[in-house]
This record gives sequence, C-alpha cells and structure tokens, in this order.
Amino acid sequence: MLKILRAGLMTSLQDQGRNGWRQFGISVSGALDQPAMRTANMLVGNDEGSAVLEIVLGQFKAQFQRDGWFALTGAGCNANLDGKAVWTGWRLPVKKGQVLSLSMPVHGMRSYLAINGGFAVPEMLDSASTDLKAGFGGFAGRKLQDGDLLPLGKATRDFSKKAGVRQLLWGNRIRALPGPEYNEFTREAQEAFWRSAWKLSPQSNRMGYRLQGRTLHRKATRDLLSHGLVPGVVQVPPNGQPIVLMADAQTTGGYPRIACIIEADLYHLAQIRLGEPIHFTHCTLEEAMQAKQQQQRVFDQMNWGLSHEN
Amino acid sequence: MQRARCYLLGERAVVLELEPPVSLASQQRIWGLCQRLQGNEKVSEVIPGMNNLTLLLRDPQRNALDAIENLQRWWEESEAQRPESRLVEIPVVYGGEAGPDLSVVAEHAGMTPRQVVELHSSTDYVVYFIGFQPGFPYLGGLDSRLHTPRRAEPRVIVPAGSVGIGGSQTGVYPLATPGGWQLLGQTAISLFDPQQQPPTLLRPGDSVRFVPQKEGVC
Repeated sequence: MLKILRAGLMTSLQDQGRNGWRQFGISVSGALDQPAMRTANMLVGNDEGSAVLEIVLGQFKAQFQRDGWFALTGAGCNANLDGKAVWTGWRLPVKKGQVLSLSMPVHGMRSYLAINGGFAVPEMLDSASTDLKAGFGGFAGRKLQDGDLLPLGKATRDFSKKAGVRQLLWGNRIRALPGPEYNEFTREAQEAFWRSAWKLSPQSNRMGYRLQGRTLHRKATRDLLSHGLVPGVVQVPPNGQPIVLMADAQTTGGYPRIACIIEADLYHLAQIRLGEPIHFTHCTLEEAMQAKQQQQRVFDQMNWGLSHEN
Repeated sequence: MQRARCYLLGERAVVLELEPPVSLASQQRIWGLCQRLQGNEKVSEVIPGMNNLTLLLRDPQRNALDAIENLQRWWEESEAQRPESRLVEIPVVYGGEAGPDLSVVAEHAGMTPRQVVELHSSTDYVVYFIGFQPGFPYLGGLDSRLHTPRRAEPRVIVPAGSVGIGGSQTGVYPLATPGGWQLLGQTAISLFDPQQQPPTLLRPGDSVRFVPQKEGVC
C-alpha cells in the first residue's frame, strides 16, 4: 500500500489513456506528460503505459507500506525520502515506512511517481486512468485525498542499484499543423496565431488549455456540425481565444479548428505554467512524423540502456 | 450520393465530412461505414459525428496519406446500416425543479408548458451519435416549433439526467456538468455505467421516446 499523507492540489492515477471508447462519448484521459510517465515506468521496470501518480504542483506526501523501488519524473521538485534528497529522473530504493515528500516544483507543473509492480487498481474500460469528469477509473474515480490507501502491485523486478536517465526536456515553442478550418481565418488571425505569444489562462485544466492573446477572427460564419476530436486540436470559439484540447477533452465538438499540436510536442503543454508565454511554430506533416520517430528512438535507447544494466 | 470531403486532422486522424444537409439516410451510411472500419486492421478507432466521421490510424507513419484516398473510396462503396431498431423509453419528470426552463421554451414557442411537453414527448427521436460526454445522445427529430436558443449564460452545473433543448437538438445529460441547454425535465434513468458492457444505454440508430411522468407537468 501507499498511504497518502498529503494529496496536494490535484493528484490522480493516470496511465497511457483509455483508447477505443470515443464512440461512446468516453474521453481518452491518461497522463498529460506521456514521456514523463513512460520514463518513470521504464526506470522501475513496469510496462511503459502502466498507471502512475500525476501530481500537480507538488505539495505531496506519501508513506510506503512495502519495500520497493520508485521513480520520480516530470517537473523538477525539491523532493526527499525521510529527509534525504530525491532526484528527478532517477530510480531509488525505498523501505517500508519511509515517507516521500514533494514541495512546489522549481520548474514545470506535473510530477509523475511510478513504483515497481505498479498500482493494483482494477482497469475500467481497458485503462486504469481516472476519468475525473465522469467519475470512474483510477482510484475511486476521483482525485486523491489525504488518508487514501492505494494498493500496490506485486513487484516482479528487483534492482541492485540506483539508475538515472536524461529526461525529455520541454520548452515553450510548440510545433503545430494547420487545422481543417485554418483557411477560414483572416490573414491577420493566421499571422497572429504563429507570430504572437499566447499565455495560459488560469481556467486551463486537463480538458482544455485556454489561451489568452490576440483575438482570432474567422472570415466564414458557417456553423460546423459536431465532429470527432482528439487531444492537440486547437479550437477557436466565438470569443476568438484559442483552446488546446487536452487528454480529458470531450469526444466531439463543433468549434472551428485552426491548428493541431503535433503529437511529439503536446507534452510540453503539460509542464508549462500559468501565465508563461507559448509560441506556435508551423510544421509539415513530414516534420511531425519525423519528430515522433525521433522521440521513439530516444525511448528505445533509454529502454535498451535500462534493460542492459547490471 | 452526397459529396464528401476527406482530410487529415493532425497526424493520426482522418475525417470524412459530407456536404449539408443532414439526413437520416446519410447518417445510416455513416453508421455502415463505421461498422465496416471497425474491423479494419489499419484503423484504431472510429468516431461518428453529425454528417461526418473521424477515424484514427494505428500506424500514421505508413498510412496517413493513403488513408484520405481510401476513405473517399470506402464512402463511395459504403452501404446504409439500419440497426435493429430498439425503441428506448425514457421516463421524464417535466417542469418544476426538474425542468427549470420549461416556461422559457413555452414562451419562446408561444405555447403552454403542457403543450410543449405533449409535443416533446410525441416524437420518436433517432440517436445520430454518442459524443461530448459518456453516453450523451445527439437526437434528431426535434419539432421545429420547439427549437430554442441556448441560454446566454450556461449553468455551472446541470444535474445528471437533465433533458434539454439546445437550438435544434434535444438530448439528455448523463452526468452532472456545466451546460447551456434549456432544461425541460429530468429522468432517473442512467445513460452511462462503466460496469456494463456496452457502457452506454443508447447507441446510434436507437429510437428514443420521452414518457412524461405524473409527478411533473403532463
């Protein structure tokens, strides 16, 4: 068991997401920073897509009730295990009874905690992710609260030593492809989208990131009928301020789509802080696919390195 | 046959969009195409929409560009699917606390609340697709006299089971959520249960009839 002493602002169980259920109106959910989730799992020998804790802005404290190995990735937090420093991007041993504490991150927003053997929660509709809006999956279908006792899986791998990896970094230049309604926006709006800085609004959440900046006007006024949506789509509602859809986004919607963030770059947004500027840079389908392949190569190397350690 | 436009949405999604108008006949062909694509090894997910369809590719690196052409061809070959028509009755308590906007809709339509209830519950609606939130049915067939604009200020919380009208559409909110539709009433029926297989009460092609309960206006 993992006993949650202090749950923090918003801590939830998330995995690679709930795919295949959109036609029932069910969101993907899953870790917003998928690379950080995969890295944490790899470090402790779990399947890459296993459930981890997604911890927003630190302020988290938990006690381990069995021995094991854990890894902390994502946002850079000052963290300690019974007072001894814990490094982000590392696998470290833990003894029964020890307490892990995370303070506010120094950079980034979301930290990910993986434990060897994983969390032993039942999968709902093929995933252990928490669907916070619908209230199912994860742990009791909700964010964690102080005092929760999370069941841990039986560790299938033991390790002899600590190990660290170089995490994927994030930044505020995010590549995007023009969306299906891109040409319905005025030239000024198109230029403003690429050339001006966008700020993350405090109303952003796991469903969507609301951006603040220049008002984007559309030439056309035709109404769109509801269509399928995927995370990364940038919608522009009538107020002209874009919304980037994130993992908990509704499955269908009808606002015009000015752009789509490329899959390889979507995780950057998971770590960008409120008020920080975001710049979108134009990219081609070919570049998007290369970026995705390159990212996969980094993970393949990481995986190889971790499985060939002795 | 209605003309279709196919295009990529991001790297992984391919969309088929039909020209207006919306018709049940085209929607039936969309259901038919959805069913066919679900068995396709290159496709990981299919999402029907209103007069459109989005499919997600398993291996976009290899298939993204071909998929546009293929989808166009699949649409041309597609056949209407008329699923066995299940008629699902949904008991609704109309008006009062359960339907705080019944009088707004009545006023807009120039009818009495009782006439609105009678008209709203006299039609067999068709589920065009499920989307927005788990189990939320997009229903076709709302009488044009009942078309009512959404509220200027959306409610912070619409209770689960609320039956409402948004423009030319009517539907049921499965879960408590913010929402801007005009609320006519409420049902105690659960439209989504993740423990069930399938997890949603309704599926595309189903007919829905609202049945006024004696606790409300009827």
